[in-house]
Amino acid sequence: MTTKYTPTIATEIIQEYSAAPEMLVQILHAFVARFAYLSDEAIRQISLELNLSRADVHGVVSFYHDFRTEPPGEHIVKICVAESCQAMGSRELTAQVEEKLGIKIKETTDDGQVTLEPVYCLGNCACSPAIMIDEKVYGRVDASKLDGLIEKCGG
Amino acid sequence: MTESVTVFIQYETAAVWLGANEIADRIAAAAEKNNVKVNIVRNGSWGMSWLEPLVEVAVGDDRIAYGPVDINDVDSLFATSFLQGGEHDLKLGPTADIAYLKNQDRWTFRRCGLIDPLSITEFQAHGGFAGLKKALESGTEHVLEQVKTSGLRGRGGAGFPTGIKWQTVASTDAGQKYITCNADEGDSGTFSDRILMESDPLTVIEGMIIAGFAVGASKGYVYLRSEYPLTQQIFGKALKVARESGWLGDNIQGSDFSFDIDLHIGAGSYVCGEETAMLESLEGKAGVIRFKPPLPAIEGLFGKPTVVNNVVTLGSVPDIVAFGGKAYDEYGVGRSKGTLAFQLAGNIKRGGLVEKAFGLTLRELIEDWGGGTASGRDVRAVQIGGPLGAYFSADQLDTPMDYEAFAAVGGMIGHGGIVVFDDTVDMAEQARFAMAFCAIESCGKCTPCRIGSVRGVEVIDRIVANDDREKNINLLNDLCDTMIDGSLCAMGGMTPFPVQSALKYFPEDFNK
Repeated sequence: MTTKYTPTIATEIIQEYSAAPEMLVQILHAFVARFAYLSDEAIRQISLELNLSRADVHGVVSFYHDFRTEPPGEHIVKICVAESCQAMGSRELTAQVEEKLGIKIKETTDDGQVTLEPVYCLGNCACSPAIMIDEKVYGRVDASKLDGLIEKCGG
Repeated sequence: MTESVTVFIQYETAAVWLGANEIADRIAAAAEKNNVKVNIVRNGSWGMSWLEPLVEVAVGDDRIAYGPVDINDVDSLFATSFLQGGEHDLKLGPTADIAYLKNQDRWTFRRCGLIDPLSITEFQAHGGFAGLKKALESGTEHVLEQVKTSGLRGRGGAGFPTGIKWQTVASTDAGQKYITCNADEGDSGTFSDRILMESDPLTVIEGMIIAGFAVGASKGYVYLRSEYPLTQQIFGKALKVARESGWLGDNIQGSDFSFDIDLHIGAGSYVCGEETAMLESLEGKAGVIRFKPPLPAIEGLFGKPTVVNNVVTLGSVPDIVAFGGKAYDEYGVGRSKGTLAFQLAGNIKRGGLVEKAFGLTLRELIEDWGGGTASGRDVRAVQIGGPLGAYFSADQLDTPMDYEAFAAVGGMIGHGGIVVFDDTVDMAEQARFAMAFCAIESCGKCTPCRIGSVRGVEVIDRIVANDDREKNINLLNDLCDTMIDGSLCAMGGMTPFPVQSALKYFPEDFNK
């Protein structure tokens, strides 16, 4: 479960990594796991405590897909859009989930329940197509299984 | 109550979310209700993904397999006495006799599925740590010699001889050296790193320690992609188990050699699988690739001599040291020695991992192991080696799986991923995706990759829209040549391969 950002918790996380600049990618992961996203305040604090410029930290944050800077929905649905899943109908599944949720990929539903993201391979390619909901990786997803999984997210 | 029966249920990404955990709970509950004792072991994956979730029962000396099991099958399994190996529609017979598995050449993956991945006792009972013990006894020169003799080449895709890389690091003078394990398995159609790390993580750890011993490094890093949360959990536990039992850390097993491993998690960037981008990411930076030279073997992580090896490469080493390089060299053909874990993916009936000596044909893999397409339609295209690998047409299936034979026809084996498409595929769309993917994932350092990929998408759109088609096809070919010749790394340098092969073998798809 994610919690609301506080500078005290943020410092604790940074200290777990000894405030080492070479741990920046791991620190950002820990922030996203704890606070769901990286706020401006978080980036400012990280740069200060790691003795890096804000531009340095921003450069790393914006480089990686995992480091979101906006609050995501309650559930994050990642749909694999890479080749193995394409061969098993992921394009159709993507269209289906977009229609069901009434959003496009990289958007969040109005009720804040679901954020839809693309992912380039979940390593579940022998059971394509695959999707990931929060930290769970589902294989052999078809239209009805997808509907069921999305409904469980409140979508 | 009778004697307890051992039931194996796999704990691996594919199986877990196809219901393996719930099936394990249901079997435990049903056993209690039926007043029988069961000992549920969560083993690793055999790599027979199409049979997941697989349930095995120990009967005498055999393990009788049932699969793919649905949670609703548990009652009928009990009703037909599956705990005694009873007949059932899902019964597959002894696991070891399943042709898909029996006909493989298991070397690196020989313990996968067999053991509880986190049991040091079972690992050692099946030959684990024999290579490391031999290494510590016989010295660094001996280890380097065996790895060179084995002919082992990098299994991450580039196929560089591992022994030569290790020798370079060993011969470079430095106070600190590093071993890095590249577990950023981003290629679509590949999952062998994941299966090895989930099903026999200790073998990867053992390989890293041997590498450290051989080159004089005391510190290792594993760079694992974030898309593998279960792998992270299992591998993290394996590191702990190894540390607690004295196989990792200071003075390993009382020797004067010390080595430890940190696990770092990637952040969703494909290009971080490129070795220098991975090193940048391990240093906490954006994964922008580095110019080569200097090679990482000379100036790698934090500027120090660094071995960068793929998971499967490192996992192949312990038995090479234990049994001698010659034993490994006996597998394979030409300069492609040993085995490769081929991965059957995409539109395939029997998807999974097939570890086999180099030299068999693509057709044998797709037809004999894979059973053709999942849809039952004709195979039309096959992409081998991930998103940067060429598309093969159905009449090229007799190409032998061998690094040089593939290079000769403009393909690459890469990490051994094989993605099958049936005859509904639109190859112009696949070519466009290759460029679009490069545009998204380019690190941005060099122009051919960063800009070329964006222009590539636009040109393909014009070709498909029949907007001055001939001229734009020429332009696309020129652009591909520029990317191949001018890009700094494989991302921009190989993205043209799927594009050009689609254009060459499936021109009709660009001409609708």
